[in-house]
Amino acid sequence: MSKPKIALYWCASCGGCEESVVDLAEDILQVAEAVDIVFWPVALDFKYEDIEKMADGEITATLINGAIRLDNQEHAAKLLRKKSRLIIAHGSCAHLGGVVGLANFYERRDILNRAYKEVPTVKNPQGILPEIKTKESGRELNLSGFHKTVKTLDQVIEVDYYLPGCPPTPELIKNAILAILNDELPPKGSVLAEKKALCNTCSRRESKPDKVRIKEFKRLYEIQWDATRCFLDQGIICFGPATRGGCEERCIKANMPCRGCFGPTDNVRDQGAKFLSALASIIDSKDEKELEKIADSIPDPAGLFYRYSLASSILRGKIGTV
Amino acid sequence: MTKQSHHSEIASPSVRNDKEGCFRKGNKAIMSSFEPKIIGFLCNWCSYEGADSCGRARKEYPSNFVVIRVMCSGRIDPQFILEAFKDGADGVMILGCHPGDCHYKEGNFNALRRYTLLKKMLKQFGIEEDRVKLDWVSASEGDKFVRVVSEMVEKVRVMGPLMLIQKKQLKNHREHRGNL
Repeated sequence: MSKPKIALYWCASCGGCEESVVDLAEDILQVAEAVDIVFWPVALDFKYEDIEKMADGEITATLINGAIRLDNQEHAAKLLRKKSRLIIAHGSCAHLGGVVGLANFYERRDILNRAYKEVPTVKNPQGILPEIKTKESGRELNLSGFHKTVKTLDQVIEVDYYLPGCPPTPELIKNAILAILNDELPPKGSVLAEKKALCNTCSRRESKPDKVRIKEFKRLYEIQWDATRCFLDQGIICFGPATRGGCEERCIKANMPCRGCFGPTDNVRDQGAKFLSALASIIDSKDEKELEKIADSIPDPAGLFYRYSLASSILRGKIGTV
Repeated sequence: MTKQSHHSEIASPSVRNDKEGCFRKGNKAIMSSFEPKIIGFLCNWCSYEGADSCGRARKEYPSNFVVIRVMCSGRIDPQFILEAFKDGADGVMILGCHPGDCHYKEGNFNALRRYTLLKKMLKQFGIEEDRVKLDWVSASEGDKFVRVVSEMVEKVRVMGPLMLIQKKQLKNHREHRGNL
């Protein structure tokens, strides 16, 4: 019997998710022994045609990382959907839009102008912007179209499972692949990590008082913080209360507060709004003026609360851009 | 009804601005007959009673105001407010007990804390601060209820419609994602 086929693909992402697969270290040999990797642009030389030639549903599972912004990303995602029995959104960008999803606060035109005209390191006196078709020395060159907004993978194709994180831990990836091979998958649509919020498993949980009350939000550069005490109790914004656990507390262990890359828990639709709600409730003030002052100590609330989840949020981005 | 005609107009192709079904604010074709839709979250113990006392006294308030009763203003998750805007509200009001009068002691203060931060955040989404309003209405303040609701409706009428994504797209999105 032939081995199950696995494919990996990347869209709008930084490459960190690919790295997380390589971080399986020796375990990757175990995976490579059990499956055939039929497509992995970052590491193996297969072409789109190889996939097109396959029968529908021939690939057992495809892990796609990155959000969708370009024509070719959408095309590849749709092709892989057709050829795969399972599609797994791999990492925050495919799952929630990720950091690249923050582009939905800006219009398409402004992004292109910024990247190709205004950035100090760019020299573009003729003000040329990328075009889908360009004539150069009598030949026609083609570029992929740049969509109006960033979309999550499940806004473009049907997704069966989600591997959260920026990037997901190698342990979660290994467990997901083993679950596929042993046919022990949870119900469709599940996020393959903890069900509860990070605070539940946090190593600093004991130091969190029953009622956290803070008068002022502090930014990391402003204080020397205690490496053993709950971040929120020290006035440092930490996303633990509104973020899914299962990340092995990588940031907390490095003495940095959580920023929410594992996304919301199962019962929450909009992570940013939920976090706003949690954070506002611990402010120790009842005075309108004082509350406004405290709110002003967060310079960019939307960018902070939606750092990883803007494209998947209720509003999806700024009005007029989405 | 005026409220319904507002929606049938924004769905007509003549005012669509692009292929993704996004609409710009303040479109003149819509402005002329614009009736804002305001969603009001009213706490059960004070403000809903206040609205009731307004009704008992046969006072009138604008029909643009759609009331949702909640047990406490502190129960209002910011997600409800975002959902309201996404589903076509032009403004959202939160009415709760006066400070010190909350049936659950502190719920209205939680509402105030969230509202302060939410207003600031919504500005970054391109939603003007005045489209969300928190106010205190007690059970006996039928007159104040009429006043704050009428003021809100007039304010939003001047601001014009808030239009996000086309309704059909939203429906698909919600079905796919599951509800709150």
